[in-house]
Amino acid sequence: MPTPTRIYFDYAATTPLDPEVFKEMKPYFLEKYGNPASLHWAGQQAAKAVSNARETLALAINATPNEIIFTSSATESNNLALKGLVWGNTTKRNKIVISAVEHDCVLNSAKWLSKQDYDLSYFEVDQYGRIKLDKLNEKLDEKTLLVSVIHANNEIGTIQPIKEIADICHERGILLHVDASQTFGKIPVDVKDLGVDLLTTSAHKIYGPKGVSFLYCKKGVKLTPLLHGGGQELNLRSSTSNVPGIVGFAKAIEISLKNQKTEEERIKKLRDCLEKQILSTIPDSHLNGHPNYRLFNILNIRFDYIEGESLIMRLSQKGVAASTGSACSSPKLEPSHVLLATGLKPAEAHGSLRLSLGRWSTQDEVEYVAAAIEQIVSDLRKISPFKRK
Amino acid sequence: MSYSEQVIDHFSNPHNQGHIENPDGVGEVGNLTCGDVMKIYIKVENDEDGDKIISDIKFETFGCVAAIATSSMITDLAKNQKLSVAMKIKNEDVLGELGDLPTQKIHCSVLAADALAEAIYDYLFKTKQEIPEELQKRHHHNMQTMAAFEEI
Repeated sequence: MPTPTRIYFDYAATTPLDPEVFKEMKPYFLEKYGNPASLHWAGQQAAKAVSNARETLALAINATPNEIIFTSSATESNNLALKGLVWGNTTKRNKIVISAVEHDCVLNSAKWLSKQDYDLSYFEVDQYGRIKLDKLNEKLDEKTLLVSVIHANNEIGTIQPIKEIADICHERGILLHVDASQTFGKIPVDVKDLGVDLLTTSAHKIYGPKGVSFLYCKKGVKLTPLLHGGGQELNLRSSTSNVPGIVGFAKAIEISLKNQKTEEERIKKLRDCLEKQILSTIPDSHLNGHPNYRLFNILNIRFDYIEGESLIMRLSQKGVAASTGSACSSPKLEPSHVLLATGLKPAEAHGSLRLSLGRWSTQDEVEYVAAAIEQIVSDLRKISPFKRK
Repeated sequence: MSYSEQVIDHFSNPHNQGHIENPDGVGEVGNLTCGDVMKIYIKVENDEDGDKIISDIKFETFGCVAAIATSSMITDLAKNQKLSVAMKIKNEDVLGELGDLPTQKIHCSVLAADALAEAIYDYLFKTKQEIPEELQKRHHHNMQTMAAFEEI
């Protein structure tokens, strides 16, 4: 039996652990298992490791170690940023503005807060998913407490003009939270240069472990914790520290930063090649997301007349892992709000496919995937009642 | 979420896919929940006993794995079946044959049964034959759904 083809083009969903990261984490499961809150030798071993990791990660975003709050996921960091800020709010500001293309965890946290006496409104995006800067002012006023914007969108990869948004927010005394889950480690994220007050990161998107993230909280920004307990993380996030996870996160960022430029160039070349092949060989296929302001590893394409879940299942049968924004593949049976925000109709969002490349993607894989998609799209179009007019 | 082996089989190699030239009946239904669209074509002939049977059936579907699998399955269930029996095929029958569907995908099997009922209704209507009350009711319901569907 030949080995089945296995191609992973879903790096935006999660990444495999880098073996180097695993190597770094391993002793903290087996030998250096102490609780960093303990005074004894075992605890101090762990405390030292967490402290070093915190320093590495703080440096990576040009922050200081006491501005880093470790959490269990980007979802938790985003929840802490929004709810923690609102709960700690002593001003009369009671408005939140988010973009129309936020990840569900920001969107649903904000919606939940809107039921607790906070006004919620949304920044519109253009057809590429980029926030319309000229419309920002309409949504902001002296009552606005917080703006939350995703750095690069997880579905279409569109990168937002954070610096410009930060300037406009700060002129009005509004705090800015940025969800950098997809960008941290991939493109430069400097909190001072970007001008952000709160920033969410993720380890498992950059070949680190699942279950670890940190929230950057600028000195002076007051949060109320979601979890109360032993007072870890400056009393902002009680829980025994996930020592192996934190150590792994630091190693992952170290590797990512070391290779950032070369990795970006290599993966972008592959992604662009895949994009060109698909768009040039398959009629009625369209790019979702911005042609230029787009994260280098994400490619989102939609195909008219077919549905995305069928497409990813057929791809999976050919050994290719990818994802879709089709309503059919979401538990709520709703099309992706991100694609709808760019002006697509539900039927158009139906036929979307996200391919995301990463550290171990190759040119051979790109060729194979492009050919597989061409074949599958053609087969599914044969079954479709909708045809090219 | 995961699909049964039978679902995957039908999805991977759908039976009776495509369309029929000069069909005797066509049924098209759309799903408001997810946007899937299913179209069924039938040919009707008399069998040896003079009963009307579905002698050929094909489908075209714009939809997910479950939508394609249930389309394929319903064409199997209806092919060479007496018209009087085929018009009573329900989504439960499709589900039973497919070894169940994930909960959020049950509505796909409803779509398949409705598309078949519509094709039979279309045939009876066009040939000016008597349409049983139950089928009329189903047709009425499907038309309401389609009208709402056009709006989205």
